[in-house]
Amino acid sequence: MFITNYIKEVWGAVKSLAKGMKLTGYYFTHHKEIITQEYPDNRAELVLPERFRGEVVMKHDEHNEHACTGCTACELACPNGTIKIITKFDISPEGKKKKALDTFIYHLELCTMCNMCIEACPTDAIKMAQNFEHSVYDRRQLTKKLNRPGSKIREGVE
Amino acid sequence: MPSFENITNAIHTWLTTHLSAGWAFFIELVLVGVAAIALFAALGLVLVLMERRVAAWMQIRLGPNRVGPKGMLQSLADTIKLIMKEGLTPEGADKFLFNVAPYVVMIAAMLLLAPIGFARNLQIWDLNIGVLYISAISSISVIGILMAGWASNNKYSLMGAMRSGAQIVSYELSAGLSVLAIVVLTGSLRISDIVQSQETGWWIFKGHLPAIIAFVIFIIAVTAETNRAPFDLAEAESELTAGFHTEYSGMKFALFFLAEYINIFIVCAIGATLFFGGWMPFHIGHWDGFNHVMDYIPSSVWFFGKTFGLIFLIMWFRWTFPRLRVDQLLNLEWKYLLPISMVNLVLVTLVAIKQWHF
Repeated sequence: MFITNYIKEVWGAVKSLAKGMKLTGYYFTHHKEIITQEYPDNRAELVLPERFRGEVVMKHDEHNEHACTGCTACELACPNGTIKIITKFDISPEGKKKKALDTFIYHLELCTMCNMCIEACPTDAIKMAQNFEHSVYDRRQLTKKLNRPGSKIREGVE
Repeated sequence: MPSFENITNAIHTWLTTHLSAGWAFFIELVLVGVAAIALFAALGLVLVLMERRVAAWMQIRLGPNRVGPKGMLQSLADTIKLIMKEGLTPEGADKFLFNVAPYVVMIAAMLLLAPIGFARNLQIWDLNIGVLYISAISSISVIGILMAGWASNNKYSLMGAMRSGAQIVSYELSAGLSVLAIVVLTGSLRISDIVQSQETGWWIFKGHLPAIIAFVIFIIAVTAETNRAPFDLAEAESELTAGFHTEYSGMKFALFFLAEYINIFIVCAIGATLFFGGWMPFHIGHWDGFNHVMDYIPSSVWFFGKTFGLIFLIMWFRWTFPRLRVDQLLNLEWKYLLPISMVNLVLVTLVAIKQWHF
């Protein structure tokens, strides 16, 4: 029937509009839902979401050891050449040569925080940190070396 | 108790005792003009701030909170910025029409102020065809918008203006028909008579379902007539940058901006007058004690309270609903609102003839 469909349509429209207004009305009256952070006023107690990506860092444990094998999977995964890995050869006590990480170079100024290097890493050696205050006066300072001086690969990570 | 009625009467008697009748009338006209401009400026500041606050809270944001206590002076700071800015006229524009257009829009908004009853016996001009006057004048502002769009010599402006023309012409019909529902119930076009007829109860309660339907149609139609979201096709910033005022800057832009808010205030004031009894206090049947308490609240507070309630409703629409397409907009008017309001008018007439209202 044309007329019943017509009335149904009008009723459905009114109902869906009322649904939307109910939600915005709820937000209007419940100010605890506000998600705006008043940075930098709250810089001391700033809480960022868990998945916020600020920069790539390498995880080091208390013995100054990391899990990077120098496999360059992150370098290959990076879409804009942000990561450059320089490898060296460690000589094990048995006299065997083994490929290892020498320098992990990270160009923060090129990074788009796409997270692909972290997904590509087979040993979970790098992660995204939440620091986002990166401004410096000289762009050369944005080229970072991620493995700490004197650090070496953790025992047992292949 | 001081009220606007006493103040205006005191000024009138003081002027007539000290001056001749002609001069007293002239000074009264000047005072009314100054009061109207002051009201406009105050409304512009308050409504812009209110809009930004409502928008922010509905979108789970904080809104303006830096200038002055709780961001109260934000709109004042914006006004100062707009006054300082240069009002550019583009090279290829029709200079005369381009510069006249904002004033046409503004004057149309000002003229609409005349028949509105702000408080008990406070009305600039209580003419006997008040409602007709309002619906006639409210269509003048579209000429200003068309002038602005045409004179800008810009495709976005022209498209925005044309859309605005199509929109206002079609929505005027259902706005007029829903206003007519109250005129039928009251039997008068005079605003003061309409307010007086609601002494025993507002039409939205007295008029049963037809009055409620008329009110819903009225609020949809005036949202469209004031070019506000979800009917803001004339501006449509995502499609037409800013529509008919793309080329305007500085105070000329501010006049369009102000006119938009003044128009919202005026249509909400008309809605409050027709459906919610204007400055009439809220009365319930024979609850004399309750009615006396309600009478104690000044009539201007009632009027502005109702008006701002409706303004909030329109802002609520804006920050909830997505914008319609042009074809959807015209479908809504010609296939839904117009037939419904016509049937509704017949129902209202039946109610009025049979005296079914209270």
